Amino acid sequence: MTVKYQEKPLKIVGTRPLRPDGVDKVTGRARYAADYNLPGQLIGKVLRSPHAHARIKSIDTSKAAALPGVKALVTRDDFADMPVEYAASGELTINFRDVTRNMMAREKVFYDGHPVAAVAATSASIAREALKLIKVEYEVLPHVIDVLEAMKPDAPLLHEHQFTDGVTPKPDKPSNVAKRMVFALGSLEEGFKQADLVIEREFNTKPVHQGYIEPQACVASYTEDGQVELWTGTQGHFVFRAQLAKVLQMDVSKIRVTATELGGGFGGKNNIYNEPLAIALSRKSHRPVKMVMTREEVFRATGPTSGANVKIKMGCTRDGRITAADAELNFQAGAFAGSSVGMASMCTFTRYDLDNVRVVGNDVTVNRPKVAAYRAPGAPIAVFGVESVIDEMARKLGIDPIDFRLKNAAKEGTQTYYGPTLGPIGFVETLNRAKAHPNYRLPLGPDQGRGIATGFWFNIGKETSSTVHVNEDGTVTLIIGIVDVAGGTRATMAMMVAEEFGIDYDKVRPVVGDTSALGFNFITAGSRGTFAGGMAAVLAARDAMEKLCRRVARIRDVPPEAVAWKDGRAQPAEGSGTQFKPMSLEEIAREAGRTGGTISGHSEINAEGAGPGFGTHIADVEVDRETGSIKILRYTIVQDVGKAIHPAYVEGQFEGGAVQGIGWALNEEYVYGADGVLQNPGFLDYRVPVASDVPFIDSVIVEVPNPNHPYGVRGCGEVPIIAPMAAISNAVENAIGVRLREQPMSPPRVLKAIEAAALATTQD
Amino acid sequence: MSKHRVTATVNGDAVEFLCETGETLLEALRDELQLTGTKEGCGTGDCGACSVMLDGRLVCSCLVLGVEAQGKTIETVEGMAKGDELHPLQRKFLEHAALQCGICTPGMLISARALLERNPDPTEEEVRYWLAGNLCRCTGYHKIVEAVLDAAREMRGA
Repeated sequence: MTVKYQEKPLKIVGTRPLRPDGVDKVTGRARYAADYNLPGQLIGKVLRSPHAHARIKSIDTSKAAALPGVKALVTRDDFADMPVEYAASGELTINFRDVTRNMMAREKVFYDGHPVAAVAATSASIAREALKLIKVEYEVLPHVIDVLEAMKPDAPLLHEHQFTDGVTPKPDKPSNVAKRMVFALGSLEEGFKQADLVIEREFNTKPVHQGYIEPQACVASYTEDGQVELWTGTQGHFVFRAQLAKVLQMDVSKIRVTATELGGGFGGKNNIYNEPLAIALSRKSHRPVKMVMTREEVFRATGPTSGANVKIKMGCTRDGRITAADAELNFQAGAFAGSSVGMASMCTFTRYDLDNVRVVGNDVTVNRPKVAAYRAPGAPIAVFGVESVIDEMARKLGIDPIDFRLKNAAKEGTQTYYGPTLGPIGFVETLNRAKAHPNYRLPLGPDQGRGIATGFWFNIGKETSSTVHVNEDGTVTLIIGIVDVAGGTRATMAMMVAEEFGIDYDKVRPVVGDTSALGFNFITAGSRGTFAGGMAAVLAARDAMEKLCRRVARIRDVPPEAVAWKDGRAQPAEGSGTQFKPMSLEEIAREAGRTGGTISGHSEINAEGAGPGFGTHIADVEVDRETGSIKILRYTIVQDVGKAIHPAYVEGQFEGGAVQGIGWALNEEYVYGADGVLQNPGFLDYRVPVASDVPFIDSVIVEVPNPNHPYGVRGCGEVPIIAPMAAISNAVENAIGVRLREQPMSPPRVLKAIEAAALATTQD
Repeated sequence: MSKHRVTATVNGDAVEFLCETGETLLEALRDELQLTGTKEGCGTGDCGACSVMLDGRLVCSCLVLGVEAQGKTIETVEGMAKGDELHPLQRKFLEHAALQCGICTPGMLISARALLERNPDPTEEEVRYWLAGNLCRCTGYHKIVEAVLDAAREMRGA
């Protein structure tokens, strides 16, 4: 369902109140999963594969089981095999046959770090000691890490049962290419015929990790009557419950999951890892089990985003109109199929209004950890290639890069090549605001350059529910089922509910309910929190207000239609001709018990009509030709968010997303040795941006309301990470005349590119 | 495995705990003393989430052994507020929306307080380099740096 946008005077929405979870977070009170402890709990630890690819011949746990203090052990024998069955988990699709194999290896291990056994003991040191006593016999197999290598017909094969889906006729040989997808519109041949300029380029990006600072953690308790309580750091406790019920073959009703305060997720906490192991260990030991990953485990075994190979070919007319756009995206899925290549394919060109498009996406299994969603999954990778080619075109034709994009910009009515026609969007507005921004005209010094790039993300709605309790004193408790993944959704939903009731923000206390408090809520993904969660909260508030009005009608003895809610009070409806003394929320609440009982409002919806988000970025850089290091001088984000409920939290999304994108562009990458073992599983060698790496980020919030949300909200969290790689690469080209088509643009790569360019010039 | 008895002062209180030889100060604080405000992000001294003051020195508590705390004074985030009154840095972090998930916040606050005790009037660059040992993945540091500069201004009475 959708709820129509209504423009109205606002008292709370659009202001910047303090977040309800704030004081707990600055005083150390906030409880994250690793902060929970249960009486009698054991500590669980996981034995992981040291090989990139191997057949498990045998597992002997007898010595470990005999170690004093060891209370339970689990291996593949403790979990049921699962047939192929697909389900949505965040923005990616999962397959339970793979889920059960990823949480605990069965026939083979597929990556360095793949779980092989788990143990629960009375202390962490005993559990670690026990892992050393488990004997696993492996038959080591050839492995493949690189995506293009994996696509070759003679590449080491991960899954003997995997035949490329999406190819006709069905292949007779299994392949690491799990799926090939094609999106097309118009005729490429016609489009390239009309082109005066055709540019074809190839790009490569490395896998990067979400890099949340809180490692995965959970505490599970399994009772003798088969009930489970689980506290875990998750982006979606209902989705975790569903997945756990499936892989543990339990009733959904027997599992109760509490989403603890979340120490960052960014898509990486959409999937179960230790949770089923902790529950199984608890079932076997009859004690609660706590499991906390080390940082090394987080890097080796939880999902980074795909590394990829991207080929882009585009044609345009002399005056800068794009006539044809062709892309091939080859994405690493990790050990199991299901990368973000589908979404990346749909985002590749969607910022532009094009007649002739083709995008081919390949989802490729390699001996790396199974990828997970990462903020606008896949989009930054494809967009890096496209925006680089567009930059080259604009430069060759002598057209201003923003003007070039304006000539081709998607707008309301644009037919996308993946299906829908776009509704009201604010892309052109972001381009115009970027062009008018003072940062776009600041002079640049030697070896300094400016780059432009743009981003698009769909945003989603989905199943969401909410409850509003009107308490005895007229305050409001708001129960939400959307995990606040830290962007501030508890605050924004409380603001919308306060606005609806016409009461103060601090009279509404938002709480994320556990899985027993509400009906199913989809995971916090696709920038749906404030959009879908807000819609559900508003509807729950409206349901409560309707009940409040009916109650007042009864108390005042007037017809129900004569009562309307306005300015925090039940008042005579305009034009009803009825007169009665209005009642405040507090007055009704105080009498509620005697006049019919407690008043609560509910909503259970499938939110639709998520408004797509668009952004334009301006990056200014300086390149040190001697060291190859790139300094970000300025970074400007202009993005349409529909409506900024809490502008500071929108800025927070812009700033955080941009800096993650800067890390992707400049430093971050997974480094594997020839043995297929990850060489940099720690923050020292996997270098995320630190405070001294980045400048202040200039944010410009554009508000083109989404017609399908009561306050006009579009999601805003994912778009900010899409453009940085391309914007920075374009800025580097502008600074030193060298174009980098490999990410990250770390100093050694930049130096190499500078040297290669110099050599090419000499040879000319 | 025999344990060591350690006595120390934490946030002004005399404390006593038992810890294994290899146990870190971070583990002792969190598991033995139930002071879970100090966070573990890496366990290797790279993220700063476990920053505490040890005898007036800013340290990563994951790189200090529990037994090394014997006779020493430790300050953690739980000791920053005085009664109802938040430390100016805590207040400014809230006012500037300088935290999102909050997992890095205790370490950031301890680290920022150590900076302001040493340098009450830092430049933006000095704040950025001082906090370079504290990773934050949510905020892009923008509002954290603003909050620290604003807190410094207020604490100087400027």
